[in-house]
Amino acid sequence: MQRLDYLKETPSQTAGPYVHIGLTPNKLGNAGIYPQDLGESPIGPGALGDHITITGTVQDGAGMILRDALIESWQADAAGIYPGNDPRGPADPAVTGWARIIADFDSGEWTLRTVKPGRVPYPDGRLMAPHVALWIVARGINLGLQTRIYFEDEDNDSCPVLARIEPRERLRTLIARRTGPGAYRFDIRLQGADETVFFDM
Amino acid sequence: MTQGPAADRGPLFFRDRDWHPPAYTPGYKTSMTRAPFRPLVAMGSTLSEETGPAFGQSMIGRLDNNLILNFTGQPAIGERIIMHGRVLDETGRGVPGVLVEIWQANAGGRYRHRKDGYAAPLDPNFGGCGRTLTAQDGSYEFLTVRPGAYPWPNRVNDWRPMHIHVSVFGSGFAQRLITQMYFEADPLIARCPIVNTIGTAKAIESLVAPLDMNRAIPMDCLAYKFDIVLRGRRQSVFENRPEGM
Ligand SMILES: [Fe+3]
Repeated sequence: MQRLDYLKETPSQTAGPYVHIGLTPNKLGNAGIYPQDLGESPIGPGALGDHITITGTVQDGAGMILRDALIESWQADAAGIYPGNDPRGPADPAVTGWARIIADFDSGEWTLRTVKPGRVPYPDGRLMAPHVALWIVARGINLGLQTRIYFEDEDNDSCPVLARIEPRERLRTLIARRTGPGAYRFDIRLQGADETVFFDM
Repeated sequence: MTQGPAADRGPLFFRDRDWHPPAYTPGYKTSMTRAPFRPLVAMGSTLSEETGPAFGQSMIGRLDNNLILNFTGQPAIGERIIMHGRVLDETGRGVPGVLVEIWQANAGGRYRHRKDGYAAPLDPNFGGCGRTLTAQDGSYEFLTVRPGAYPWPNRVNDWRPMHIHVSVFGSGFAQRLITQMYFEADPLIARCPIVNTIGTAKAIESLVAPLDMNRAIPMDCLAYKFDIVLRGRRQSVFENRPEGM
C-alpha cells in the first residue's frame, strides 16, 4: 500500500506569560524595536458601516479576570466581504479586518473598536449572522481558543453555525449585549457554569 | 497577497486534537483553571476561518529578523545562532508571505518583561522579539542568541528548557498557531511540564530543532532548523459549494 504523505500540523504550545514581548512590545513598554505594534485597529479612516465598540474581559474557572490574555479578532467589512483572500472580491479598502487586542495589565478589560460586519455565507449559501471571529491565547491555554462574537440586536435565529449549538442556553455566551448606542459588552468565560462556547472549525 | 489564487482558498483540514496538547493538563498547573470543560462545537470551516489577514513587506523593518541588533543597534550577548526553516502546510506546500513572529529570553534566561524577576540580568542590547515574512518557498530565518533556560513557578523546581516562542499566520484565520521551538539534546525538554502537555513523543520531537551545520557560518554562528506546519486545505472541484463561493 502507498503511504499517505501528509505532514502533521505543528503542535501548539502555550503563548505563556510573556506573549506581549513578541506580539505587542510597544504596549508592554519595550519600545524601540518596531515603530508600532501590528493589529492596532481592524479599520482605517473612512471605514463604511456602523462604528461600534465591544468591551469585555476574559475570566478563568476560579472567577479571576485574566490580565495576560491576548485576543485576535477577524471579521468581514460592513458588506460581509473579508479583506485579503475572500474569493468573492475586494472588501472595503478601509477595513483590514484584523486586530490584536490585549487585556489591560491592571483591570483585565479589553476593547475592540470596529465596524459591525455584514452577513457572510456559510458553505451551503445560507447566511451566517454578523459575527467577529476571536482567537484567544494566554498562559495556561495550551491551544488557542476559537470563538465568535454575535450581536444581540441582529437576527441570529437563522445562523447555520449558531443552529449547531447545544444545549441552546449556551448560545447566549456568544452574544454581545448592547449597552448603549454602538456599544456592546462581551465577557468570555474559559471554564465553569457560564463557560463560553468554543469552536473546533 | 503573494499567494496563488487557489492555494489560499478552500476548506481547512480538520485539526488533529490528539496531536495537540489537550486543554486540561494538571502537570501544567495554570491550565487547570483556564481549560474549557465543555466539548468544543465542531464543524467544518467557513469563510470566517478560511480567510485571514494579509501582511506586506512594507510592514517589516530591515532589522526585524535580527534580534542581535534590533533593539539598540549594539550586539546582544550570547551564543549567536541562525534559526531557520520553512512554513509548510500539511500537503507539504511551502506557504509564502506569512508572518512569523518570535520572542524569547536573553542568553541568561531573563525576559524583558515587567513580570520577570529572575536573578539573571537583563542584557541592555537585547529586546527579545523579531518578525519576518516567509519567502516564495515558505522559508524564513532569524539571527538571534540562544536563550538560556529559566526557572518558573509550577512544581518546586521546574525549569523551562531553552526555547523560542513562535507565532505564525497562515492564509486562513483558523490556521493561526503559537508554539515553541526547543533545541536538540537539551536535557530539560523531557522534564518540562509544558512540553509534556503534548501527549506523544513524536509530536514533541517535531518541536525540537536539530543543529544544522550546513547553515552555520564559520567563525560567526551556529544554526538550528525549525520547520512549521500549518493546517492544509482541501482542493477539490467536487466541493459542494454554490457557484461563486
Ligand atoms: Fe518562555
